[in-house]
Amino acid sequence: MRYWSLNIFLLAAGLALTGCNKPAGDTAGGDTIKVGEFASLTGSEATFGQSSHKGTALAIDDLNAAGGVLGKKIQLLTEDDQSQAGQPATVVRKLISSDNVVAILGEVASSKSLEAAPICQQSHIPMISPASTNPKVTETGDYIFRVCFIDPFQGTVMANFARKTLKLQNAAVLTDVKSDYSLGLAKFFKAGFTADGGKIVAEQNYSAGDKDFNAQLTAIKAANPDGIFLPGYYTEVGLIALQARQLGLTCPIFGGDGWESSSLVPIGGKALEGCYFSTHYSPESTAPAVQNFVKAYKAKYNETPDAMAALGYDSAMLLADAIKRASTTDAAKVRDALAATKDFHGVTGDITMDANRNASKPAVILTIKDGAFKYVETIAP
Amino acid sequence: MTFKHAKTCLLGALLLSFLVSLGSSWINPYWLYILYDIGISIIMAVSLNLINGYTGQFSLGHAGFMAVGGYTAAFISNHFGALSLFAANGIFLVALLAGGLAAAVAGLLVGIPTLRLKGDYLAIVTLGFGEIIRVILQNTDAVGGARGLSVAHGWTNFFWAFGLAAVTVYVVVALVHSTYGRGFIAVRDDEIAAAAVGINTTKYKVAAFVIGAFFAGIAGGLYAHSKQFLTPNGFGFMQSITFVVMVILGGMGNTPGVIIAAVLLTLLPEGLRMAAGIEHLPGITKEFPLSWVGDARMVIYSLLLIVLMLTRPQGLFTLRKRIS
Amino acid sequence: MTEFLQQLINGLAFGSILALIALGYTMVYGILRFINFAHGDVFMLGSFVGFYIAPKIARLMPMPSIGAALVVLVISMLVCAALGVVIERFAYRPLRRQPKLTMLITAIGVSLFLEYTGQLVFGAAPKKFPQLIPVYPITQIGGLSLNSNQVIVFGVTLLLLLALRFVVLKTRIGMAMRALSFNPEAAALMGVNIDVVISFTFALGSALAAAAGILWAINYPAIDPLMGILPGLKAFVAAVLGGIGNLPGAALGGVIIGVTETLVSGYISSTYRDAIAFAVLILILLVKPSGLLGKKEVEKV
Repeated sequence: MRYWSLNIFLLAAGLALTGCNKPAGDTAGGDTIKVGEFASLTGSEATFGQSSHKGTALAIDDLNAAGGVLGKKIQLLTEDDQSQAGQPATVVRKLISSDNVVAILGEVASSKSLEAAPICQQSHIPMISPASTNPKVTETGDYIFRVCFIDPFQGTVMANFARKTLKLQNAAVLTDVKSDYSLGLAKFFKAGFTADGGKIVAEQNYSAGDKDFNAQLTAIKAANPDGIFLPGYYTEVGLIALQARQLGLTCPIFGGDGWESSSLVPIGGKALEGCYFSTHYSPESTAPAVQNFVKAYKAKYNETPDAMAALGYDSAMLLADAIKRASTTDAAKVRDALAATKDFHGVTGDITMDANRNASKPAVILTIKDGAFKYVETIAP
Repeated sequence: MTFKHAKTCLLGALLLSFLVSLGSSWINPYWLYILYDIGISIIMAVSLNLINGYTGQFSLGHAGFMAVGGYTAAFISNHFGALSLFAANGIFLVALLAGGLAAAVAGLLVGIPTLRLKGDYLAIVTLGFGEIIRVILQNTDAVGGARGLSVAHGWTNFFWAFGLAAVTVYVVVALVHSTYGRGFIAVRDDEIAAAAVGINTTKYKVAAFVIGAFFAGIAGGLYAHSKQFLTPNGFGFMQSITFVVMVILGGMGNTPGVIIAAVLLTLLPEGLRMAAGIEHLPGITKEFPLSWVGDARMVIYSLLLIVLMLTRPQGLFTLRKRIS
Repeated sequence: MTEFLQQLINGLAFGSILALIALGYTMVYGILRFINFAHGDVFMLGSFVGFYIAPKIARLMPMPSIGAALVVLVISMLVCAALGVVIERFAYRPLRRQPKLTMLITAIGVSLFLEYTGQLVFGAAPKKFPQLIPVYPITQIGGLSLNSNQVIVFGVTLLLLLALRFVVLKTRIGMAMRALSFNPEAAALMGVNIDVVISFTFALGSALAAAAGILWAINYPAIDPLMGILPGLKAFVAAVLGGIGNLPGAALGGVIIGVTETLVSGYISSTYRDAIAFAVLILILLVKPSGLLGKKEVEKV
């Protein structure tokens, strides 16, 4: 008999929740503009999610301090997806259907963006990803945008840099198999490098969270590469560099924007001297936008912003700019304004949206010298 | 508990699910999909209960079977473009069953080597199998590997989620209370005595894994067509622990309790989210309350496990005095 | 050949740390027939205690230096020993008469609790572990590379192993531990204070885990609250491999797992690295469940 009561309970729950339905699109009312954000604030990806969230929150604070957008203050509704698959879908549905946001900002991890994008697309709510690099994210539909490079661009940039500037004949690739960012970058690097006449002499893998890389590095050393491409995250890069140098590997190591963090050098130390990575901006840049951002970020959070924070900041600023240009929060018009973005002066560079709604902007190559990041060159798309 | 009414319950549940399904466009999508999650959790928890609760085989790798089922079902359904309603549901059923069968095979592969193991060892080995499945999926490019697999069709609806949940409950309960099913409980209570009395303990242990895995596979298929995106990392140890907590909270071998626990624990993060949401102020978000949802959930789970075991190991929702 | 030797050295260093953790697992299992799931997290806490203590020690002594490293090591071991005793007292002792399953679940609960409270308190981002000891490259002969950190790992592990052996074989409490692992009831009848011996065992195991944590952090200076999960699991497999309840077995198992993982990773494929430990576990449980050095246990009806 208990099973009957269960079925009735479930039915009652289902019907009761019917009342929780709110008419969609009812966002223009009220004197605040609601913007949704989803990020991994806890769990294994928390380092990146917390960074991008801090950047986004700072942007919203700056915007509101300057009077808001279209005369209204912005209310940032942030949801934590706990670094868990399955959660992005739930929280994005909540933001769209229950909280009635005008747009969604998120996520850093491509897999989470890929989970949420179809929902935003179906609901016709613009979504701006700060840092997802898998090309498939924006291929989901015309409401999905991103303010970062995609893997094909960055991978090719590094391949060209390796061949032309570093003049490497052969290279080893050490990929994080748990991260699709790393896999994507590695794939395009290999393609670009070999197309230009280079040779990949060793390919090894690790998993994010690993601490011991001696096995892989020893195998790489045996192949005697001129350089090692390491498209991973700073959390492992520092350790890898340390262990590489301890094993006697002296060739340059280079990678992508996953390296960018103020924690990179403290962990890697001298092992990173003379290494290179591509990223969106240089904290050294004298552009007032960058300097103001870095100063404000340090004042609010007492730490130097990393790439994720800067991208989080830009995603929010770009949204606000698009709303201003569209003169309304109507989703379709904001989407059109986003698609028409040209030379938006972001902290992470001058952003122009290309036909696939990916940010077309230059990459900056940095090197590590005397324990600090130093600018090397800019590569335009 | 009498089971003369079992079949009527099942049919009633199926009918109710169908009716609610028809009206699902009136339900807020956020809550609707939470309801799907509840249905999926019920299937996972009840199927795990068969292995852990009724047969006493402590399995920590249940999410691995869910992964096998989900990926298989998605792989099949992704081959089809837009379909008519009838065809879509037909293909969905086929995909789900295929997922269940694939997971059942995985259950066989896990059940056989673990036959001689007990208690702690069994737990670790099942954990290991769960991880091995995850690593294999991560390295299989045909299903996307670490980059994940997009599922083209979002075919899961209330009818499928709860209808299949009702079917799972029916099958497990009817099975355990049948004369055949007494074998499961015998194996749990005292395996040596059961073997001494002539019960083929091997058969029951493997059957528990295979049947439990089958339904976990079906849940995986439902999950795949609800979230529409699969990553290997979504089916790791943490996921398995979530279902284990449901079984323990509900009381091992206590199906109604496990169902209630599944519902409550699926709603727990949403409740925490609502609690954190009270802190939202225009333009300012406080860091600390937001992290509560994630961190608090896991801290609560862990404390729940500890406190439950110390005070009421038979589970919250059971009337028995000890783990029988 | 150089590559092979290098991989061997790498594996031995990694495996030595696993061995230290495995010792704790095997001791507790020998006495209580129970896997302390939370052991890997005590290892993590050992690193974090070192992380927070080091700056304070640096104000009192020159750092990096051997003296400072020793002080940090000892303090970390003491703190974690105390923690181990507390965990046993409050989470495991009340459940001694209950079915083993209950304790297993509680252990999982304690493990998760330590991990996620750690994330809450320490923050999820990896932290740089301060340099306790200056690093010197020892050799670079013919491409082979060995540095002082690795030598320290070998040295400290060996010392702790010998110390443990001394305690277990030559002291009264060690004798009590062995008696308990043979037959708890008989031991109690002979006047052994079960509670004290069990607490001591946990303290000892946790101290070893803390030492492993410090050694780990010296070699891989990025620590985070979830760092204990994989090493903990691998150390458990090592303990089973060597014969659970058998101390030299645990050390042997640790080294074997470390070397196997490193060799497979370097020569075959590093993609499946995590799965190797589990594959070894399943293999050993199928072929020789009592482990390499263990004895077959007959279950009395």
